[in-house]
Amino acid sequence: MLEPRDAADLAELVADAAASGRKLELRGGGTKADFGAPREAEIVSLAGLTGVVDYDPAELVLTVRTGTLLSDVQALVAGEGQMLAFEPWGDEGATIGGTMAAGVAGSRRVTAGSARDHLLGLTAVSGRGEVFVAGAKVVKNVTGYDLPKLMAGSWGRIGAMAELTVKVLPHPREVVTLAARGLSPVAAHAAMACALGSNAEVSAAAALSDGTVLLRVAGFAPSVEARCAALPGLLAAHCGLEPLEDAAPLWQQAMTGAGLKGAVHWDVHLPPRAAPALIAALPEGADWAMDWGGGRVWVCSDAEDDAVRQIAAGLGGEARLIAAPAAMRARVSAFQPRAKGVAALEARVRRAFDPKGVFVTGRFAEDADADALSA
Amino acid sequence: MSIAMPVPNAETLAKRERIARALRAIVPGEGVIDAPEALRPWESDGLTAYRQPPLLVVLPETTAQVSAVLKWCHAEGVKVVPRGAGTSLSGGALPLADAVLLGLGKFKRVLDVDYEDRVAVVQPGVTNLAITQAVEGRGFYYAPDPSSQIACTIGGNVAENSGGVHCLKYGLTTNNVLGAEVVLMDGEIVRLGGRHLDSGGLDLLGVVVGSEGLLGVVTEVTVRILPRPETARAVLVGFPDAEQAGACVAQVIAEGIIPAGMEMMDRPAIHAAEAFVNVGYPLDVGALLIVEVDGPAAECDFLIGEIARIGNANGAVTSRVSDGEAERMAFWAGRKAAFPAVGRISPDYLCMDGTIPRRRLPDVLRRMEELSEEYGLRVANVFHAGDGNLHPLILYDANVPGELDKAEAFGADILRLCVSVGGVLTGEHGVGIEKRDLMPEMFSDADLKQQQRVKCAFDPELLLNPGKVFPVLHRCAELGQMHVHHGALPHPELPRF
Repeated sequence: MLEPRDAADLAELVADAAASGRKLELRGGGTKADFGAPREAEIVSLAGLTGVVDYDPAELVLTVRTGTLLSDVQALVAGEGQMLAFEPWGDEGATIGGTMAAGVAGSRRVTAGSARDHLLGLTAVSGRGEVFVAGAKVVKNVTGYDLPKLMAGSWGRIGAMAELTVKVLPHPREVVTLAARGLSPVAAHAAMACALGSNAEVSAAAALSDGTVLLRVAGFAPSVEARCAALPGLLAAHCGLEPLEDAAPLWQQAMTGAGLKGAVHWDVHLPPRAAPALIAALPEGADWAMDWGGGRVWVCSDAEDDAVRQIAAGLGGEARLIAAPAAMRARVSAFQPRAKGVAALEARVRRAFDPKGVFVTGRFAEDADADALSA
Repeated sequence: MSIAMPVPNAETLAKRERIARALRAIVPGEGVIDAPEALRPWESDGLTAYRQPPLLVVLPETTAQVSAVLKWCHAEGVKVVPRGAGTSLSGGALPLADAVLLGLGKFKRVLDVDYEDRVAVVQPGVTNLAITQAVEGRGFYYAPDPSSQIACTIGGNVAENSGGVHCLKYGLTTNNVLGAEVVLMDGEIVRLGGRHLDSGGLDLLGVVVGSEGLLGVVTEVTVRILPRPETARAVLVGFPDAEQAGACVAQVIAEGIIPAGMEMMDRPAIHAAEAFVNVGYPLDVGALLIVEVDGPAAECDFLIGEIARIGNANGAVTSRVSDGEAERMAFWAGRKAAFPAVGRISPDYLCMDGTIPRRRLPDVLRRMEELSEEYGLRVANVFHAGDGNLHPLILYDANVPGELDKAEAFGADILRLCVSVGGVLTGEHGVGIEKRDLMPEMFSDADLKQQQRVKCAFDPELLLNPGKVFPVLHRCAELGQMHVHHGALPHPELPRF
């Protein structure tokens, strides 16, 4: 395992790999190593690039090195009454760089944006072994191409981030969960759509397969009180609502899909109105949870085929294979295959950063196919 | 007029008539404009100091026509400049003498609105405001609101990643777009994103937004729409000087309040705006904040009280809360009219657009005053205070020989100043041609080359909107080579324009 201490080290070892035709897999905490196909590649651990570079809460900006633990970042900003608004989550050991590279976002994503919306700037090393800077360290910037967007969710396929600047926001003073019980998927979706489409400013909406619907109301106390008072009336045609204490475990389940039964985990993103149809079409024995008002559905089962992906595609959505036995991951790609033209364009963009394919490790088998397509 | 455009290609100029014929075969009827006098209205965008009639104008009506136009131009090596409403303040849609100007003005339809999923699918020529008008009957709106929203189009907003006074709370265009249909320079049509959140794969949509028309031509956009807040209220808070106003802004945010809008104006801007619209701005203050909060009435009441308290703690000398919707709109009318208001007190003005870390505001304003004296040109400041985005307006008279050059040099110094304190060249107007030659102030050669390699992935022949954003033209084949050394003069054989 290669363990660079800084961006210069990182640049040197990537340049070296590019020159000698080796493959490198970038790793933060390694908590998502089982995403994608089994592969053998030399690991570059970015866990040694840690520490806060700059944090001024009133500027709403935090600059931090890539290997800093997500939990440390969250504790730091919480200490100033702030948060990462995209509500990232991860297992113990997850890093801020890995979280960004995987584009992880939680329940608040539906109203606050995703990882990509909060990555303002970065220093990275391309597959050419060159250090480059993109974006900036201020909250509002349109200077040059928005390369941070490309880097968020890129899974280490175009470059290695060494330092990131993220947007931070005030943490709401009060957070209340209102819950409904006993709703079908159709009714649950309708209730969530009504809540999210109302001016009661629900910041998150999720539903579980036992019929529970969760609505989060957050903000200053007088506002939370007023909105909690208004919501039952707004949703009267859909369901009754009661405040729910200790809602965190239920949110955790909806946000991460944790606790769902089955060895094969899918993360389906689709137009929210299609969520009930997806759930109705799931094979026998599949378990599910809806987040983002239905825009994300976690699906778990033991079926090792790609039926879920086919259903999602038919509904205008896409399914990511999050966890599965190795044999299935070797056979079924992690991402929904893209249209041919998009795959070719994506390959050209990857090669714009990584002409020698240093970061093409076999984790995303479709990348090698796309490279062939665009060659 | 210090910014030069690439030397026109003589071969392209010579085959102008053949190009017109070929494009008429693709877009019949009135869709191709080539009479010299008819090209005049197209010769500039919002950066009116620069004018250049295009080779000709083509106004397609369908994606298939856009694709065919681009494919033909690609095959013939003819450059193309895309254009929305032409309101860019940075020259992003400035025509080139040897380029076809591709106007998207006929793509005017709202294709679909889905209130349950809170998305609207629109054509690129729909104006920003028209999206809100299409959905407001059901209590929704489209959040980004650039001041030109009555005229600017969503296609142009996507190209420029436009912001507005509410973007601190609601984000820029990029945070409100879910999908797009994009035609590449070779005519290929790709669909990026969709009607759902967070597509897998690389976020190509994310890099197309804000690419200033250099990567592709957007022919359809899927945007998120939001429920209109229950109410909105604004408060005017006046301070003896900008330093106190800045301290108030910092404390508002530090106390956990993200207002829907938080604008600052300095004394010259206050006076110009008040003289223009008579909305009752205090004239005896050095800096004025307009703070808007939105949401449930209970929240607005609470936050207005908090903001008044924080204002007083920071030395506010006046404070006035909007009484009713009409007065709230009046508070904004002055701010939104700041540019034309300044236009009344000066024959011409240049609008700059840097962003700085807010904590550096006092230093930046002080230095800007010094520069104003050095150049002998007045400057008025309006400022998106919440996010640090400055709009210094440099007043000059184009009829005085040399004054435009002086104003441009002053503007460049202001932007260098922004970068030197940790900020950026442009917060929302784009690089275009205006800040093109300043890009090396912010980015190294390696940084810029990496951006240009992305351009090469989309448009390897560099035919789409060339001469914008990047100060040095690099051929893609050369950018592809490995082992480019830092510090060496990049490709001296290529013209630096």
